[in-house]
Amino acid sequence: MDNGKRNGNLYTFLYAAIMVIVVAALLAVVSQILRPRQVANKTQETQRTILRSVHLEGAAYRKYIRDTVAGPQHLPLFICTLEDGTRKYIIPLEGKGLWGSIRGYLALNDDFSTVYGAVFDHDAETPGLGAEISRTSFSDPFRGKSLYRGEQFVSISVLKPGKAGDNPNAVDGISGGTLTSRGVENMIRESLEPYLPFLKHYE
Amino acid sequence: MNKRIFLDPLFKNNPVSILALGICSALAVTVRLQPALVMALSVTLVTGFSELILSMLRKTVPNRIRIIVQLVVVAALVILVDQILKAFAWQTSRQLSVFVGLIITNCIIMGRIEAFALSNKPFPSFVDGIANGLGYGIILVAVSFFRELFGSGTLMGYPVIPEQWYVANGGFYENNGLFILPPMALIVVGLIVWVFNAKNEKKAWKK
Repeated sequence: MDNGKRNGNLYTFLYAAIMVIVVAALLAVVSQILRPRQVANKTQETQRTILRSVHLEGAAYRKYIRDTVAGPQHLPLFICTLEDGTRKYIIPLEGKGLWGSIRGYLALNDDFSTVYGAVFDHDAETPGLGAEISRTSFSDPFRGKSLYRGEQFVSISVLKPGKAGDNPNAVDGISGGTLTSRGVENMIRESLEPYLPFLKHYE
Repeated sequence: MNKRIFLDPLFKNNPVSILALGICSALAVTVRLQPALVMALSVTLVTGFSELILSMLRKTVPNRIRIIVQLVVVAALVILVDQILKAFAWQTSRQLSVFVGLIITNCIIMGRIEAFALSNKPFPSFVDGIANGLGYGIILVAVSFFRELFGSGTLMGYPVIPEQWYVANGGFYENNGLFILPPMALIVVGLIVWVFNAKNEKKAWKK
């Protein structure tokens, strides 16, 4: 095509318009085709994470977990019934890390105080530092910790590495990931607070 | 001719080390090997096909909106890659998170389209795109190899440093946290650029 025509206004407009329509249509079709798979991936991931918080990695979600809501605000709650009939209450957590949002699940025993298990995940924490919260080396020590000191709700503190010791209300943080560790601490307290009145009177 | 188009970007004219393109993402996704490999593959596909498509369109693109047309093609391809990763490689796509989207801003792609695809036939352009993507990939893999090895003591996620070497287990070794942080990426990339350039210079001297 000669250059004069290629630089005309009408040609430029038409070219842009047609290009945008073609590309938009293409992307819409692809997105529609792939959506079911993506949604399935996402649900599976959530279910796997919830199962990990009660140490049932790879188990069948429907067999153990019941989705429910708690209290008048309809807070999401997952109740897990283990093989031996004991119940664990799994509470979703959401908060802020250093660079982005962090989240997790905290499984409580039926005294609503002792932690049965925990998992954490993050969007954009520093790899090797804050990102280590998603590792079991960070989340495993939560097991057996207590949310209460006497009758007082104290949540679980994330302390400097090595400082937690036998403290039943604290775990070791991540060295080099202080701000993310603090984010986890705040996340647990803030996410649990709305559940407290409900959990105390549950059955 | 085609062989040279393919081989040049791998070493002699490597986009990262010689042309200094695409440094930004080379710093961001090189903490571990596996995401770096996926990133390299994604970029290779995007550069290859965007150069192919734009080379086929090169005689019709209106001059004044040239860059916009390029962006639309690249962006569409990047969204495709992102969607496909989300559907078929969920874990990896989560690790790469925003960086897949940021392929759009990878200077190699726009740079090669402007410099090559707009003035060459489709097939050589495709080869040029793939080769530049691979050239970028070589650097990415090299950088992430060192960063994962020294920063986390693993390769592809598998531990390679014996457990008993670690201070925590009474040994003498500790992972170097600096390797995980962006500044070390810059230093490693710098060293690699140095090696590449020193080699090229030697050849130039011999001539």
